[in-house]
Amino acid sequence: MSVRSSIMVPRGAPLPVLLPLRRPAPRSLTLPLDAAWQRRATLVVLVLLASWLLCAEALAQAGVARPGIVALLWKWTPVIFSGFLFNILISVLSMAIGTVAGVALGLLQVSLVRPVRRSAWVVTQFFRNAPWLVILFYCILLIPFEFTILGATVPFPAWIKAVIGLSLPVMAYVSEFVRGAVSSIPSGQWEAAESLAFSRLQTMTMIILPQCVKRLLPPWMNLYAILTMATPLVSIVGVQEAMTLTRAALSSEGRFDLLIPMYLYILVWFFLYCYPISRYTVRLEQRHGRAS
Amino acid sequence: MTPSARPTAAWTPDQPIVSVSDVHKSFGDVEVLKGIGFEVAKGEVICIIGPSGSGKSTLLRCINALVPINSGSITVEGQEVNDPRLDKLALRRKVGMVFQQYNLFPHRTALANIMMAPVHVLKQDRAEVLVRARELMRKVRLEGKEDSYPGELSGGQQQRVAIARSLAMNPDVMLFDEVTAALDPETVKEVLVTIRELAEEGMTCMLVTHEMGFARELADHIYFTDRGVIVEHGPPETFFKQASDPRTREFLSQIL
Amino acid sequence: MDEFESFFRWLHQAHGLNFSVAYDAYDRAQYLSGLWTTIKLSVLCIGVSLVIGVIGAWAQGARFAPVRWAMHGYVAFFRNTPPLIQLYFFFFAIGSVLPGLVGDDGARPLVSNFAWAVIALSFFAGALNVEIFRSGLEAVPQTTVEAAESLGYTRLQAYVHVVLPLAVRISLPALGTNLVNLAKTTTLAYAIAVPELLYVSAQIWSEQLNVREMMNVVLVSYVGLIAVLVWVLHRWERALRVPGYGQDE
Repeated sequence: MSVRSSIMVPRGAPLPVLLPLRRPAPRSLTLPLDAAWQRRATLVVLVLLASWLLCAEALAQAGVARPGIVALLWKWTPVIFSGFLFNILISVLSMAIGTVAGVALGLLQVSLVRPVRRSAWVVTQFFRNAPWLVILFYCILLIPFEFTILGATVPFPAWIKAVIGLSLPVMAYVSEFVRGAVSSIPSGQWEAAESLAFSRLQTMTMIILPQCVKRLLPPWMNLYAILTMATPLVSIVGVQEAMTLTRAALSSEGRFDLLIPMYLYILVWFFLYCYPISRYTVRLEQRHGRAS
Repeated sequence: MTPSARPTAAWTPDQPIVSVSDVHKSFGDVEVLKGIGFEVAKGEVICIIGPSGSGKSTLLRCINALVPINSGSITVEGQEVNDPRLDKLALRRKVGMVFQQYNLFPHRTALANIMMAPVHVLKQDRAEVLVRARELMRKVRLEGKEDSYPGELSGGQQQRVAIARSLAMNPDVMLFDEVTAALDPETVKEVLVTIRELAEEGMTCMLVTHEMGFARELADHIYFTDRGVIVEHGPPETFFKQASDPRTREFLSQIL
Repeated sequence: MDEFESFFRWLHQAHGLNFSVAYDAYDRAQYLSGLWTTIKLSVLCIGVSLVIGVIGAWAQGARFAPVRWAMHGYVAFFRNTPPLIQLYFFFFAIGSVLPGLVGDDGARPLVSNFAWAVIALSFFAGALNVEIFRSGLEAVPQTTVEAAESLGYTRLQAYVHVVLPLAVRISLPALGTNLVNLAKTTTLAYAIAVPELLYVSAQIWSEQLNVREMMNVVLVSYVGLIAVLVWVLHRWERALRVPGYGQDE
């Protein structure tokens, strides 16, 4: 937040007889990130992309009688889209599991019992410091592919293991957010609640956590965007999703000039999904910043 | 509910309602209370004054069992506060506390703030609590602000809601910890008026305050603390005019 | 050293716990080279992304509008697309259109996969750094710049001597987090066969068939590596902390 140099007259205050001389505010060293500029920039990028693709197609059609790039992209869209939906499914499941586990772990991190607090902290730091891909590998390779409980065999397909693998870092991040949010509630709230004889559980559920939710929303949504962008990792450990299908499409077409457009295409898919989320997150943060 | 430590050996109103005896409290290596002792009779209004760091706020928090003491004894209506088997709920029904920073719950309306504890802690009937809460809002002169959130109220209004919130628990003793220190001078008066009305109705009040005029007018007894001990005390007439200890004199000369 | 090795050999024979990196010299050398590659990758990526961040933050304040737009586009694009696909894009898509080199040892690509990993990951982290530095710059109050100017500094001097040091200190917590994430993201280089720690471990466990042991070793190694980085950044942050700015813990 930069402090403006001009002097502001508060609303409702009596007008000063002589206003201070107002110099035009000097241009700041950086321009504020204007929402309009960002929209324009994005639009420009997309327009350039689209026009390049059209030109490429035109050239291809003018040159050789082969199906154009755009036609090929269109042809493979249903397949890639179904893969993309699978990515979203994985992200939603991982987010759900990770959030529930993370809130629990975060609450343990603020427990009054010291050993509980320390262990929860260790678990959180461990999964925060481990690379996502390594955790994925670990889960895929070391979780058995089926469980036998009470005589019934429960199969554990690879994608479920991947979901679990992705939910572990999410759990660690959510745990940190929750701990930070709870710690940021002023101690006066705890004191007031205690002097009104609320139990610790009542204080947590009725007073502390409701105030935390608003603070947790922006980083949580940001985490979801990051998670969605991490879902292609599962293609490395053998789960079929949008990326595997894209590469399969590329290798089946076997066309050299399809590489760049195809990769850009799948990148744009993710962009269109994640960009609105991050914009909304920024708006939430601003609104919360203004309110608090 | 944990059973009471000792049967409250039938406390009667002629005995001191709050009794503090040789209380020591340290935070780490720093000793904040170094043997404080005094008694408060029912219906009395006492003011504790002194320089910052003298342990006044800590003392109030010890009486309310927010902070445990290292040695000594504090009893409220005959109930030993320091007892590990103390029923904190029973204690906090008797002792209400109002803080310097109001500490209202910002996510609930003023009325909800007042109603929360009686409904959820005392398990009283919601309809009854609602009636009482509205009555309390009227009493602190905030009718019409029941559905406002603390963020929409001025400092003085928030403090009055905080007082009403503590009163909703029907305490026998009210503790005020520098409740006007964070307020603009214009709003200080409205809070002091509320406290005066409480005192005139017979509530036992213990105030930590800098408002000397208020103390002189309303207090039955004034205690001056410095560096963890009570240096001097007395009724306002003698205290302000004939303070004998040099430390008291120095403090009074600085603020009066 | 011999005792160390014989202990692990015994562990293997008596309990079936095969920590081949401990007792086998070849595997150990491979593992350590993978570790070294990871460290190199991390350090290079951190360095390049910091440079990109500084240049980008400056470019976002440029007078020439298309430069600003290009910056916004770059940041928006690299922040909202998966880093793995960015990596593939660079390596496969762009790598395919680059000419190759023909040397004595046969044809080589112009840019090696290690270099592509550095480029792709640096661009990714650089976009985040641009945002971090920009908000750090904006957090320096305008009044500070005015004070510097009224003391006689030129705009550039004020920027270099007053604004930049403050902005860096303010951005440190967010920057530290980003750099730690970057170090974790280097594992993505596995996908393009860069011989970093994960890749090398995969080679070891496919030969020695000791997946469980190697996975545990890798996990612990990475956590340890990152913990060291976190600690270093934390110390640096604490040394440069400006009292009164930001949150006190």
